Amino acid sequence: MAWNLRTLVVFGALSLAGPPSIAPAVAQNLTMAVGAPVTSIDPHFHQLSPNNAVAAMIFDRLINTDGQSRMVPGLAESWTAVAPDVWEFKLRRGVRFHNGSEFTAEDVAFTFQRVPNVPNSPSSFAAFVRPMRSVEVVDSHTLRITTNGPYPLLPQDMTNLYILDRETHQGVTTEDFNSGRAAIGTGPYRMINHRMGDRIEFERNDQYFGERPAFARVNYRMITNDSARTAALLAGDVEFIDQVPTADLTRLRSDPRMAMSEVTGLRLIYLSFDHHRNEASPFVTDHEGRPIARNPLRDVRVRRALSMAIDRQAIVERVMEGAGTPSAQFFPPGVFSFIPDFPAARVDAEGARRLLTEAGFPQGFRITLHGPNDRYPNDGRVIQAIGQMWTRLGVRTAVEAQPWTTFVARAGRGEFSSFLIGWGSNPEGSHPLRNLIATPDRERGWGASNRGRYSNREIDQQLEAALREIYDTRREQMLIATQRAAFEDVAIVPLYIQTNIWAMRRNLQHASRTDELTRAQDVRPAAAR
Amino acid sequence: MTVYLLRRIFQSLLVMVAMSLIVFVGVYAVGDPVEILISPDADQMERERAIKALGLDLPLWEQYGVFVWRALQGDLGRSFVYNEPALQLILQKMPATLELAFGSMFISILIGLPLGMYAGLRPDSAGSKVIMAGSILGFSLPTFWVGLMLIMVFAVQLGWLPSTGRGDTAEFLGLQWSFLTGNGLSHILLPAVNLALFKISLVIRLTRSGVRETMLMDYVKFARAKGLSPSRVTFVHVFKNILIPVVTVVGLELGSTIAFSVVTESVFAWPGMGKLIIDSINVLDRPVIVAYLMIIVVMFITINLIVDLLYSALDPRVRLEGKA
Repeated sequence: MAWNLRTLVVFGALSLAGPPSIAPAVAQNLTMAVGAPVTSIDPHFHQLSPNNAVAAMIFDRLINTDGQSRMVPGLAESWTAVAPDVWEFKLRRGVRFHNGSEFTAEDVAFTFQRVPNVPNSPSSFAAFVRPMRSVEVVDSHTLRITTNGPYPLLPQDMTNLYILDRETHQGVTTEDFNSGRAAIGTGPYRMINHRMGDRIEFERNDQYFGERPAFARVNYRMITNDSARTAALLAGDVEFIDQVPTADLTRLRSDPRMAMSEVTGLRLIYLSFDHHRNEASPFVTDHEGRPIARNPLRDVRVRRALSMAIDRQAIVERVMEGAGTPSAQFFPPGVFSFIPDFPAARVDAEGARRLLTEAGFPQGFRITLHGPNDRYPNDGRVIQAIGQMWTRLGVRTAVEAQPWTTFVARAGRGEFSSFLIGWGSNPEGSHPLRNLIATPDRERGWGASNRGRYSNREIDQQLEAALREIYDTRREQMLIATQRAAFEDVAIVPLYIQTNIWAMRRNLQHASRTDELTRAQDVRPAAAR
Repeated sequence: MTVYLLRRIFQSLLVMVAMSLIVFVGVYAVGDPVEILISPDADQMERERAIKALGLDLPLWEQYGVFVWRALQGDLGRSFVYNEPALQLILQKMPATLELAFGSMFISILIGLPLGMYAGLRPDSAGSKVIMAGSILGFSLPTFWVGLMLIMVFAVQLGWLPSTGRGDTAEFLGLQWSFLTGNGLSHILLPAVNLALFKISLVIRLTRSGVRETMLMDYVKFARAKGLSPSRVTFVHVFKNILIPVVTVVGLELGSTIAFSVVTESVFAWPGMGKLIIDSINVLDRPVIVAYLMIIVVMFITINLIVDLLYSALDPRVRLEGKA
């Protein structure tokens, strides 16, 4: 066989190009696995992150949110407060639902009517339409919403409501959504198959008004067991997973076939104290095990001492394997109403001891720290670490971790003296303030998750004023001042903000999200590495 | 016979009432479903609305009364989480669990029986010692760990089989089954083996002791003395007689495999009833928990009844009319 120059050139060119199958053939399908089951396709049935993630693939909101949870135009192109209590939304033209029906202002009005009337909902979206006094359809693509008094949070609320079609969704039930018959939105994907608790299959909506998703078909699987989800990724059964367990982080980071996507989220892990008992608190005793007549946790010096004794950096590094950021407040930098110059407290054992002595507990006392053991990553181990740090301070701490199902009911009844819990915020200071810090008040809907029953009239008043302030810059300053006051009074003890982590095959990339939602449109083929 | 049947039905009704009461009181004691299901930022009004919507505002005895009244009309309630009839949810997941249970049964007999025979016929050989030691492992290794190891070895390291999930399905008798497709079979293999491991050991031990006992029986000695070939003695005379206890135990095991394959199903993300029940317990979805346990009670009672009837058919000495 005669080798000549031409053959060599041809072979050389081939070897440079590589086997044809690897070259630009862009994958059309994506298989992803999420850790939390989606319980309903009906976007107004159950307010739950996994459901919202799927809703954000099929449907749209008037105002969508970007990866940093900032508001971006969705079905509304613009929104302005034309009066302190009137918001006007200009809607996007030329948008069609998956079945071809046109999107108009009537559809939005219809959606607002449906939201509070979904039967049997275990957690409805009704709170987002309650501030509305009236909804006026000005023309086919203009909507005016009048609220009960000045209500600056209306646009923020609109980032939670998925818009349905009046023609298509008249009288449909939750089951119609689950079966796929009514799963028709304006979103980037249409649902083509749904097996409850197992998988959902999607097909790209080529008529989508926004950015075109990279993958034509998506298989969205639910693998709730952490190890099984990682294994599925390693085995190549799925190409993308969320909620990467911290135990697997080191392994996945060092695997050359894998890539990670991480962002500091909006979920704060914090400690809460029994604020409402003046007399003895149920899980606080002196060193002989006798109840202490007055509740030491009512004393801000004791609370501060307990906070100062915690080595947040060590917890984040050793227990959380780096998957968190120590924090002294609700938000990471860059979020609306983040408090600048308010760094996470450093450990100060000396100062903490001094404060305890000042408060009249030079010998410390005994306390039981409660927490869940199946809710947040490493929750049980975190409270153990804190228990050791407190014990070193002289506050002998027993640690009791229990399943979330029992824990949350007891915490809600105010049975504990101190406990660990988490909170995922909307990116707006009034959200955590209203729910966690404000005095519980049924009429105003405040303090519903204020399980330690903290109550501070001044903070309530400041919050009330901020909630009436329609101008963002002024409201932000007011919210910063209110949060600062709350944290200086140690209403709660912030520990760290969780990092949201996704892992994927090397040939993919992901636009991370602070709101923890896992959506197919955020995944793309990686640029050549 | 009729008296016996009526009596059994009455007994099962009693068990079902007791079961539903226990679940109602148990869920009530564990926690509040609304606290778990509701969005954390729901305000007090929304919480009250949800409690009412799920019927949890009524006193416990009244909630139970409503449940019994509806159950008598064939309605076991709607899932709090999915807003679909609990019974329908469970029945949808049943084929996945059934095929997994039968698959593992099949594997355990296919592997356990020959190995047990061998170990019984040659108790002193090195091979049977290995088999018996292996069966101890099968008994004692925790299912979830073995499951994860199977995934690590066969899916992650070797890449031979898919790690999780239920693959393609095909329709048969109006239901979706995965054992009818190649892809589905490859998905079912690992979870079925995982579930079978314990049962393989059980079958090995039952078979072995049966063989060893039977080999000493007079009729076997007689058959040998008559000059029958060893294989005829083993496969006809011994085999037939050891089969009866094996089949009984395996049959009863089937019931508990269907009902409690929870661990395997969650490790392999197998969308069956076991995964549904564990998810439901985690969020205190009471209607599903109650309905599931009801179905399981009915299933066990039925299996036991069938076993009893079979016994009396097989062995005339057993009489059903007498004391049940």
